[in-house]
Amino acid sequence: MAKIIVVTSGKGGVGKTTSSAAIGTGIALKGHKTVIIDFDVGLRNLDLIMGCERRVVYDFVNVINKEATLSQALIKDKRTKDLFILPASQTRDKDALTIEGVQEVLEELAKEFDYIICDSPAGIEKGAQMALYFADAAIVVTNPEVSSVRDSDRILGILQSKSKRAEEGKEPIEEHLLLTRYHPERVALGEMLSVSDVEDILAIPILGVVPESEAVLKASNQGTPVILDTVSEAGQAYLDAVERLMGEELPLRFLEVQKKSFMKRLLGG
Amino acid sequence: MGIFDYFKSKNAPSSASVAKDRLQIIVAHERTKRHQPDYLPQMQQEIIDVIRKYVQIGSEDVQIQLDNTDDCSVLELNVTLPDQN
Repeated sequence: MAKIIVVTSGKGGVGKTTSSAAIGTGIALKGHKTVIIDFDVGLRNLDLIMGCERRVVYDFVNVINKEATLSQALIKDKRTKDLFILPASQTRDKDALTIEGVQEVLEELAKEFDYIICDSPAGIEKGAQMALYFADAAIVVTNPEVSSVRDSDRILGILQSKSKRAEEGKEPIEEHLLLTRYHPERVALGEMLSVSDVEDILAIPILGVVPESEAVLKASNQGTPVILDTVSEAGQAYLDAVERLMGEELPLRFLEVQKKSFMKRLLGG
Repeated sequence: MGIFDYFKSKNAPSSASVAKDRLQIIVAHERTKRHQPDYLPQMQQEIIDVIRKYVQIGSEDVQIQLDNTDDCSVLELNVTLPDQN
């Protein structure tokens, strides 16, 4: 049985695709066969973040419309074994996704894969609802900022009422909070919501805290998931998050202000 | 941060704590609305229409609220009638 995990947020630009790419890669690195599906029809971007944009021939909508088979549309990742990407369609309208069509594709993928990561589009409309409908678990990506936290709460409401599990009265979707773009310095100054503030408001367990890091932009520039940059704090934070997703208990890291050494200050590091 | 900012920050709450307070209020408010059934606004309108057949009231004179506790739901209807004279 494959586990379906939706990466969602409500608000745009908080790091859903970056997180989908990083966590999907991290799970595959642990030896689980993983596919990441881009649900953002019309605004495909997962391919760029994963660095496979020039290898896209067929997409998710082609498979739903039976214009291509799944094996034709799936792109095998070049760096990570056991990792595949199913790109979103770039041209068609959002109505191209149907519950029946998505279900059929997911059922076929579930036969082959251990984990299916659904990278949700922003918003709370049909596209986002389609991405979360079949989920067993949800990773709610949130920035420590008022509009992102509020939108995360909206999406939690949708997970609890409009998902398949909710409609069928089954065990609810597992909820995980992933706090990204965290500035420990600004939190210390009282300028930014802290991890515990956001936990208090949203009241869901925390999966990880990813500090604001230059490595994220560098990784997306190069089309490499940031989790492969194991030197960077962001990469390590994602590695920790994957461990926790697999049930390990790890303390949160990178929450404290880093004290710069005298030499580092001198050299402007 | 200048020396004056230092004194100021002792008195005024930090912007993060303001953000937290505002979020807790709005999120709690939106959560209560979330659990209300979709038919509530229409039901409220129809109740108003029925009462208006007999008494002249404005639409803001009827407050309707549904509270859910563990095993029972309470529909609270509050109608403010106009003065008799």
